[in-house]
Amino acid sequence: MLTTKQKPLEEILEYTAGEKKIFVVGCRGCAEGCHTGGEKEVLEMKEQLEQAGKTVTGTSLIDFMCNDSLVRVTLNAHEGKIVDSDSLLALCCGVGVQATSSVVDRMVHPGCNTVSMGGRHAEWRQGERCMECGDCMLEYTGGICPIARCSKMLLNGPCGGSADGKCEVSPDVPCAWQEIIDRLTKLGRLDKLSQITAPKDWSVSLMAGAATKV
Amino acid sequence: MKSNSRLEKVLDSGSFAVTGELGPPASANGEVIRQKAKHLLGNVDAVNVTDGQTAVVRMSSWASCVIAKEMGLEPIVQMTCRDRNRIALQMDVLGVAALGINNMLCLTGDHQIFGNHPMAKGVYDLDSIQFVKVVKDMRDDKKFQCGDEMDVEPKLFIGAAANPFADPFEFRVLRLANKVAAGADFIQTQIIYNVDKFAKWMEGVRDRGLDQQVKILAGVAPIKSIGAARYMQNKVPGMDVPEPIIERLKGVPKEDVKKEGIKQCVDIINQVREIKGVAGIHLMAIEWEEAVPEIVETAGLLPRPQVA
Repeated sequence: MLTTKQKPLEEILEYTAGEKKIFVVGCRGCAEGCHTGGEKEVLEMKEQLEQAGKTVTGTSLIDFMCNDSLVRVTLNAHEGKIVDSDSLLALCCGVGVQATSSVVDRMVHPGCNTVSMGGRHAEWRQGERCMECGDCMLEYTGGICPIARCSKMLLNGPCGGSADGKCEVSPDVPCAWQEIIDRLTKLGRLDKLSQITAPKDWSVSLMAGAATKV
Repeated sequence: MKSNSRLEKVLDSGSFAVTGELGPPASANGEVIRQKAKHLLGNVDAVNVTDGQTAVVRMSSWASCVIAKEMGLEPIVQMTCRDRNRIALQMDVLGVAALGINNMLCLTGDHQIFGNHPMAKGVYDLDSIQFVKVVKDMRDDKKFQCGDEMDVEPKLFIGAAANPFADPFEFRVLRLANKVAAGADFIQTQIIYNVDKFAKWMEGVRDRGLDQQVKILAGVAPIKSIGAARYMQNKVPGMDVPEPIIERLKGVPKEDVKKEGIKQCVDIINQVREIKGVAGIHLMAIEWEEAVPEIVETAGLLPRPQVA
């Protein structure tokens, strides 16, 4: 179970500034259990976005958004609506945001912060996707997490060791920042990287903050 | 003036600057620093003192800087985010400034997996760009990263690195722009062997007017042997060593390779000097400090300017 908390609506509206049409995705797995991305929360989010003047082109609930194959199959059925949207809003953990980003050519805004993995690490098994940092920044990095996937956890990457799409530590490790830049370039959103990302507040993360009570 | 740095004064005067590099020993032998310093004294305006280069444990940069300063050199303390969180970084910023060190190069650092303690936990609480901004805010606003205020600020001339040869090439100028926006006063580049690619990067730098906002020192280094050249070509991340560079060294008798390496370095200095927006060179004669006097002399960079 990955424990998530919904991001404040103001933050989501900031992410979607300048966009009109949004497709909302929720997760029937952990996010439903956390009351952050189940059917009820997806409908509530739809209403809130509409009140803020947005058009919600559609919604979809996926059994486990951490399963990238399932995300692909489910979203395929909504292809027309997604193509017609400016972006997707994903109410789920960071793994789900990245699974969604990996199958659609649209910005995928994270709607939740992943605060704890609560004992297991999702269903998308090729490598680390989410480090439960507690303050999701996938919005700025094209739906690819530099904390989980950059060897130096750079928030303003890439470092000087990126070559031919690979990380300097090994030719088997892709450079996450090359992937981030490629994706934002493809989406025409390289502007996301024109501002410096400030030092992170690690106090809300499991990795470096205070131990949490059980 | 932002600091009492000799390097800042030289650059401000419009002179073509020369910085050198000094690698501390992997022991407690301070004499090594003194010996290396002798070759640099009078030949460079300031000296980078490396901070656990290639993630190998060595004498700390700041302590080595103090020894170099006693010898009359102007040290540039290097500081990496690999080994320190923001608390330790800011403590060292205060400490080096209090010790009379005027320059700091802010780096993310080589990954620990390359060094002699690959089992170490990397820190990376900040990245180099964030660290530059932290030092700038400490100096200009007397503020710590958390927002608390201090009464005496660290007057440091702030440097950062840039690698025009790493991927993705198109993004490298934008990354430099972010370093400049964060507050870098000077930039030292990766060692240049591919002058054409460097010139292309500088074109992008000038297009954005960045050469007007930051002093760019072009990284150069003499090659000691063909083996060393091959190693840099194949094993060092982010290095671009075109084949003609190695061919030239192969074209001379084995006993003359070192001499040719020095000549080649001087030629590269002369080429980068012609590129608009280059404010100086950063000469990295790593473990070959004794080559520095000959290189700067032959390149016509002596005597170094006297600044008050």
